[in-house]
Amino acid sequence: MVKQVATFAVKKGLAQMLKGGVIMDVVTAEHARIAEEAGACAVMALERVPADIRADGGVARMSDPELILQIMDTVSIPVMAKCRIGHFVEAQILDSLGIDYIDESEVLTPADEAHHIYKHNFRAPFVCGCRNLGEALRRIGEGAAMIRTKGEAGTGDVVEAVRHARTVLGEIRRLQNMPEEEVMAFAKEIGAPYELVLETRSLGRMPVVNFAAGGIATPADAALMMQLGVDGVFVGSGIFKSGDPARRAAAIVKATTHYNDPKILAEVSRNLGEPMVGRNVSSMPEADRLAGRGW
Amino acid sequence: MKIGVLALQGDFHEHQVMLQGLGAEVVQVRLPRHLDGLNGLIIPGGESTTIGKLAVAYDLMQPLRQFGREYAIWGTCAGAIFLSKDAMRPQPLLELMDIRVERNAFGRQVDSFEIGLNVPALAAANGENPPFHALFIRAPLIERVFPPAEVLASLEDGRIVAARQGKLLATSFHPELTGDTRFHRYFMEMAE
Repeated sequence: MVKQVATFAVKKGLAQMLKGGVIMDVVTAEHARIAEEAGACAVMALERVPADIRADGGVARMSDPELILQIMDTVSIPVMAKCRIGHFVEAQILDSLGIDYIDESEVLTPADEAHHIYKHNFRAPFVCGCRNLGEALRRIGEGAAMIRTKGEAGTGDVVEAVRHARTVLGEIRRLQNMPEEEVMAFAKEIGAPYELVLETRSLGRMPVVNFAAGGIATPADAALMMQLGVDGVFVGSGIFKSGDPARRAAAIVKATTHYNDPKILAEVSRNLGEPMVGRNVSSMPEADRLAGRGW
Repeated sequence: MKIGVLALQGDFHEHQVMLQGLGAEVVQVRLPRHLDGLNGLIIPGGESTTIGKLAVAYDLMQPLRQFGREYAIWGTCAGAIFLSKDAMRPQPLLELMDIRVERNAFGRQVDSFEIGLNVPALAAANGENPPFHALFIRAPLIERVFPPAEVLASLEDGRIVAARQGKLLATSFHPELTGDTRFHRYFMEMAE
């Protein structure tokens, strides 16, 4: 076999190396250094964390390549960056920088209200958000090599991440328990490619790595998502919007590894200072919710 | 046979599935006491800085070094870095193998690749030994091997990607991702 680059196996493989880890949102090179020092397995480079994107309003776009390059130069761990849903030129720009993962993200303002990016054509792998199995498998069909729950970014409220993880994992359990003649109708019902539905059924899990994201703010939140059955966690606003980011970041890393050990979880949860100020998703107007973006 | 997989961070579950398929009993190792009664240990792929920090935080460094003086340990990618004496930058290392590694030596993720690799040590009793399908993901290079460590496999240009030193094994690539069980069987023989 001759040398091949940018194959789906190596794209998906990097996400497998991130499993059991914490991916942290950072807005400066200094944040990135703090995140790496705390044990992050990757960082997401962006100009504003989701909580600030919410507060500022307006159109949220891809970050300045200069900022992304500075962060890539600062840390040895993988660096991810976000582009808008459907904005394949932003993705081309990120790809040209040599970014390690592109997040086609609902946190930014969508550029296309019908279509996502055709992701197979890029050298860099993509991660995409989902609320349910159908959405996840559509993204994988387009070429996503990693999936995350959408949750509700920038709120510090974990309820939507729990809802989305339970929905995805519950649908997989249902798929595994149905007789095979019902699988085609199930694929139609959830709007997912039939071959990927079959693959998910035989694996008993999604064919790519599945992280939790959107509202995780404490070590207990991270461990909750891990116990529900995700492969790792993204923490966005939860770290650098808290009182003591370095300490909280290290605690969330430990909680993600020792998610099944309540004594360690109690230990790492002590004296973390103020968590980010949360915002209840249940009392939030529909127009303020980001998770509905994506098709 | 009871094999541990260091489960601090990374693709430890992929190793676990491979080992279980070969009939091994598998234990996830997160704390020093989990090393008790093991015949060998695999340190998986992942981020070596993350794995190192968690190993320091939970007092695993000395127990792992002690374990490696007696039993077999195999490190894949980040695990190979963690086993080395020198990673050419400051980070926690077990310093068990006389190898020098260079992190991300092939470039960033966009340069990650797969290739067929000749590994003479994997030759079966009947002499058959097709190339090993090897995935290199932001992979380290084994920049230099110092005796008594030995080279086990190299790319065609001579760059070293697998080494062995007694009961210690290091690979830059990920046999746990391919479904080819030859390396896992090779390691289980080392651990016996």
